[in-house]
Parts: sequence; structure tokens; C-alpha cells
Amino acid sequence: MIKIIQKLGYSTLELVTNIGLASIFLFNSIWAIPNFKKSFPIFIKQVYFLGVLSLLIIGLSGLFIGMVLGLQGYTILIDFGSEAQVGQLVALTLLRELSPVVSAILFAGRAGSATTAEIGLMKATEQISSLEMMGIDPFHRIIGPRFWAGVFSVPVLSIIFSIVGIWGGAAIVVELLGVSDGLYWGNMIAVVDWQEDIVSSIIKSVVFAILVIWVALYQGFYCYPTAEGISSATTKTVVFSSLLVLCFDFLLTALLF
Amino acid sequence: MKKNTNIYFLVGLFVCIGFLGLLILAFRVGGLAFTSQRSYEIHAIFSDVSGLTTRADVSIAGVNVGRVLDIDLEDDAQRAKVIMAINENIQLPIDTSASIRTSGLLGSKYVGLYVGADEEILAPGDTIFDTQSSLQLEDLIGKFLVQ
Repeated sequence: MIKIIQKLGYSTLELVTNIGLASIFLFNSIWAIPNFKKSFPIFIKQVYFLGVLSLLIIGLSGLFIGMVLGLQGYTILIDFGSEAQVGQLVALTLLRELSPVVSAILFAGRAGSATTAEIGLMKATEQISSLEMMGIDPFHRIIGPRFWAGVFSVPVLSIIFSIVGIWGGAAIVVELLGVSDGLYWGNMIAVVDWQEDIVSSIIKSVVFAILVIWVALYQGFYCYPTAEGISSATTKTVVFSSLLVLCFDFLLTALLF
Repeated sequence: MKKNTNIYFLVGLFVCIGFLGLLILAFRVGGLAFTSQRSYEIHAIFSDVSGLTTRADVSIAGVNVGRVLDIDLEDDAQRAKVIMAINENIQLPIDTSASIRTSGLLGSKYVGLYVGADEEILAPGDTIFDTQSSLQLEDLIGKFLVQ
């Protein structure tokens, strides 16, 4: 009995410690760009690795999700004779929910896990300790640029996801199923609001970006420096960041809409 | 250096695509318009505005000439006051009447204006009292059943 309570106490303390450590970590990452000229090339390189190389998977998923939405929306709405509304259905579903959430989760799988593994391996091979020994703050050199590159890349990816999805929906609904393209685009324009839908979508994806890249960097930086440790940290990154994204999606939807 | 400039180019392209996407979202999907029409306010008093929402269309003969800015109760809390923004190039005679109409059978509500023939023009902030409230489908069915 006492052992169970001890265990509970231990895991509570560990949880609180981890949250505190992670918060300090986040704070350090945000303030980690002291020398713009030195950090900028690293930032660009990270935007390339995190953003540009994720374009293909984001674009393809966006295309297929948009096409599926168009197809499903059409088969349901045709029963009510209101298949003209399918454009606004596709656009609102993508902008409000799917594109921020799915692009963040895909980003966690494609780029977040890679970042964790990279930093974990740096730690295992003691590259981070050597940087510290040379008097270089790893937050300035490694963590900060990656953090900001992630925060910058995810919203861009999410915008691209929406656009590709809306065009994919148009391709199916207009070209294949024969809804007039004036109705598709016209209803969309009439309903989608710049501030309520598009700006909220971008706010959502910035928040998700911070969550995903934060979890990825933290897990990499504090993993056990062994092969097993790195593998479990990579798994944790994908699991935690996906869960956090879904949980915060609910909170943000409740707040924004 | 060769590889580096390549990366710079790709990242630049990435940023351009993102920016272009934002523009497409804003103008093609969101219907944001740069030409912010200058407008003036006209009030209208209705006995019932059920179903009308802010940002609803205001139209003359089916042509959009403005939007509903705000819906509020009149000062004596008996009837509803609808504040509309009318495009500046539209001039309304003083005997213009307003009615709340529905686009389609179940579509959204909008305010339809019937332009009068008077020579005097409504000034910004003036009120239209000659109004017809929104048609309630339930009331109509009720009347039909009583008959």
C-alpha cells in the first residue's frame, strides 16, 4: 500500500519536474537568437529541412483529403439537392479543422521525429557537450534556429495544404461530378470569412507548430543518450505531439469559433 | 557555397509559395476585396427580425448595395433596429421601404429595399420606418390551418 503511494508521489514529482523543465526549455528556445547574422543561415537550412522537404507529403495529403471531402460531401448533399454547397463544405472543413491539424500531425511524423533523432544522436555522441565546452550555447546554435524554423514552416505548410485541398475538391466536384464551377467558388466566397476562417486557421497552425517543435526539441535534448533512449524519444515525440495537437485543437476551436 | 545558394533558392521558393497561397486564400476563397467601398449608415425599424444576422446582404432589386452592420433593440425595447451600411454611390429617396426577405425557401435572410419616388434623399443616420418584417413560415402555416 505504502509502495503504491510512494510510486504515485514519485511519478507526480517527475511529471511536475518535466513540465517545469520543458517550460524553461521553451523559454530558452524563444530567446535564443542573439546574433542574427550567425543564426540566420542555420535558420534557412532548417526551414529547408523542416519545411521544403515536407512539401511533397503535405501537398499529396492535401490533394487526397480535398478530393475525398468533395466526393463525400457531394454524395450526401445530392440527396438534399444542395450539391452547390459542396464548395463551402470543402473550404470550411479544410480551413477550420483539417489543414492545421493534419499538417501539424504530418509535420510531427515527418520532421519532428527527425529533429528528435538528430538532436538525440548529437547528445549521444557528445557533440552538445563539446559545444558547451567550447563556450557555445547549444540553444543559440542548435535549438533556437530549429525552433523558429518549425514555427515558421508549419503555418506555410498548412496554407499550402488548404489551397491544394480546395483545388483537389474542385477537380473532383467540378470536373468529374459536373457541379458548375461558378456555384463551387461562388458559395465558397460568400461563406468563407477572412478573419473568422483564414486568420483563425493560421493562428491554430502557429500554436500547433510551437507545440510540435517544442516537444520534438525537448525530447531530443533530454533523451537518454543511448540507442534505446533515442528510439523511445522519437516515439514519444510523435505520440505526445499528436495528442497535444488534437487536445489543443479542441481548446482553440472552443475559443476561436 | 554552391549547395548553400541552392538551399536559399528553395527556401525562397517555399516562402513565395506560402505567400502566394495566403493571397489565393484571401482573394479567391475568402473573397476579400481591396476596394473598400465607402458607405453611410441607414437605420430601419422592424417589428421582427428573426433569422437576420449581421453581415447579411442589403439589396435593391436583387443587386447587393450594402450589408447589415448591427442589429439591436430600439430605445424603448419594443421593436428591432437594424443598422445598415449602404454604398456611398447609392442614394435612397425618403419614402424608401425595407423588408426582410429570404433567398430561396430555406436560404439566409437579407434586407430588400424598395426605392421610393420622393425627391428628398435619406441622409446618413436617417431611419426607415416603412418596413415589412421577416416572413415566418410557422405563422403562415398557422394561418393556413385556421382557415
